[in-house]
Amino acid sequence: MAQIGSSARSSVKGGTFAGLGPLLMLPSWVVIGFFLVLPVILMLVYSFLTKEFRGGVIWEFSVNAYDQFFFNRGLFGDEAPTIEWTYINIFWRSIWQAGLATVLCLFIGFPTAWFIATRSGHSKSMWLFLITIPYWVNLLIRTISLKFLIRDTGPMNTWLMSWGIIDQPIHIINSNLAVQLGLFYSYLPFMVLPIYASVERYDFSLSEAAADLYSTRMETLRQIIIPVVKPGIIAGCILVFVPSLGAFLAPDLLGGSKTFMIGSLIEEQFKGNAGNWPFGAAVSMILLSLVLIALMFYARSQSSARKATRAAD
Amino acid sequence: MNTAVEIENVTKRYGDVVALSSVSLAIEDNEFFTLLGPSGCGKTTLLRSIAGFEQLSQGDIKLFGDSIVDLPPNKRPVNTVFQHYALFPHLTVADNVGFGLQRQRLPSHEIASRVADILEMVQLGSYADRLPSMLSGGQQQRVALARALAPRPRLLLLDEPLSALDLKLRQDVRVELQQIQHDTGITFIFVTHDQEEALTMSDRIAVMSEGVLQQVGTPRQIYEAPDNRFVADFIGDTNLIDVQVTQVLDQCATCVLPGGASIACNNMAGASVGAGHLSVRPERVTLGPVDGSALQGEVSRLTYLGTDIHVTVALSDGGKMDVRVQNSDSAAIPQPGSTIGLYLDIAAARLLVD
Repeated sequence: MAQIGSSARSSVKGGTFAGLGPLLMLPSWVVIGFFLVLPVILMLVYSFLTKEFRGGVIWEFSVNAYDQFFFNRGLFGDEAPTIEWTYINIFWRSIWQAGLATVLCLFIGFPTAWFIATRSGHSKSMWLFLITIPYWVNLLIRTISLKFLIRDTGPMNTWLMSWGIIDQPIHIINSNLAVQLGLFYSYLPFMVLPIYASVERYDFSLSEAAADLYSTRMETLRQIIIPVVKPGIIAGCILVFVPSLGAFLAPDLLGGSKTFMIGSLIEEQFKGNAGNWPFGAAVSMILLSLVLIALMFYARSQSSARKATRAAD
Repeated sequence: MNTAVEIENVTKRYGDVVALSSVSLAIEDNEFFTLLGPSGCGKTTLLRSIAGFEQLSQGDIKLFGDSIVDLPPNKRPVNTVFQHYALFPHLTVADNVGFGLQRQRLPSHEIASRVADILEMVQLGSYADRLPSMLSGGQQQRVALARALAPRPRLLLLDEPLSALDLKLRQDVRVELQQIQHDTGITFIFVTHDQEEALTMSDRIAVMSEGVLQQVGTPRQIYEAPDNRFVADFIGDTNLIDVQVTQVLDQCATCVLPGGASIACNNMAGASVGAGHLSVRPERVTLGPVDGSALQGEVSRLTYLGTDIHVTVALSDGGKMDVRVQNSDSAAIPQPGSTIGLYLDIAAARLLVD
């Protein structure tokens, strides 16, 4: 029955758009090629060129950019190479900040998504609408507003002091906490929306079945709900972690020199005359490789899990 | 016999809507008990109240003598087979079936052997490592049953478990379910809207309508001695004839049929002088010559049903009667348009007040 149905459907589709399939893909291929593949290739090429001192590149092959990232050869480049920790530390800090932001978004985003998904039709769409409202305002403006709110003389500190809750300003600005707040605030909806989509499809009779089979609420959450909505959780984590890792607005505007992150490091290389384009390109390529390797490991773990269940047949 | 479940005066309200209205029932141990009624009659609400998914507005539910209404679902020694099975999609068949046993903290070797035994019982031994999505509807249904039976509950609740299966499979599963109930000795409470399912499988049936218990009895009592018009009409097909009861004497009522003929009826659900209804099953009416018959009418339609012929007779007063004639005797099948006499099997006709 199902087979007859699906073949009938595909023949209708075939009848209407026969032979158009590849052509329909063309616009996306052009967009992806021109705006994604080409720039990445350009970056890759630039990262292997020689820097020009006032920005720009000299068309001469060089691995100096990568060398500079990993090794310290002294001020004049003539000493025995030692490991250069500066940039690795920046990467490490970025990974740490992005990971923390992801965990924070998950802990706040999951209950939020659950709440929205379990509302009735009308109030559900209202909550979803409220979640997307911040996107009507540019991220730069939102980040600056946040800076204004949390700075030492900003409304938060002023009010807390006038209510007598604190007697001197809480110093948040230019700290890791401020950057963390910025990342969390910027990317929270990216966590909420995919989890919401998963929870929306969740069959609540599964929770009843688990309770019927002697599960406490916590056991139901751990054993049934989280595994079943896991695709949404993972999608949310990727959507928060990846842009947080390369974020530069929040660390730039809310952080200080001690909170320098990858995004700012890259931005600095292409800004003004002090830049080093090949080095910026190399840092970008290293970041891209890291993200791709992480995603590949995830994809492989998923497909091997699928294979394991298929092999069990 | 022990009483497995005592439902005492149970009422459930959702705002102004009364889903259950003072329902009292006693279900015996080792009984195959069916809650039967049209959708919205409260049968599923009652089942969910026993499982613990609904809070009662009033009343008490006792399981083997102990009140369970204050226990959450996970503390009730009761398991449920859900209507759409609610199998855990990320767990294999074996893990689904072993889920309750794991929550009961049984040693893992015992879980493994019990899961293997019960999968053997439902003939799914070779499917232990599959995910539910790889199984057919009938197989999923058996996993759901196995999962609910694995913890060896004293009471099993089944919420329309056959409704998602196709007809042929449904008939096989009916027999299987009865066999499993018989073998395990577990009390079954089975919810269905399908009267045929209820009649063929149950030890006793409770017929419900609009949150009210209409009648409780064996399939035979429910079918042959309905308490009221709703039960007579809902279970099987019946002819309800409006009659005037002129006299009630020694459990024998004298009824005047619409055509003026008078009959004596001693099968009744409490009758008094006045208007009444006579319920006669189509297979309890025979066709014959007009002279000397209780009712007369014109054959308006014949419907061929294979084993039977369904004859619709338009009565002279505007009513109609359905008659079932066995397909074995072709001579007894009338011609459409012919005038014919109807003979009621008075012993099988039941006089109803409401």
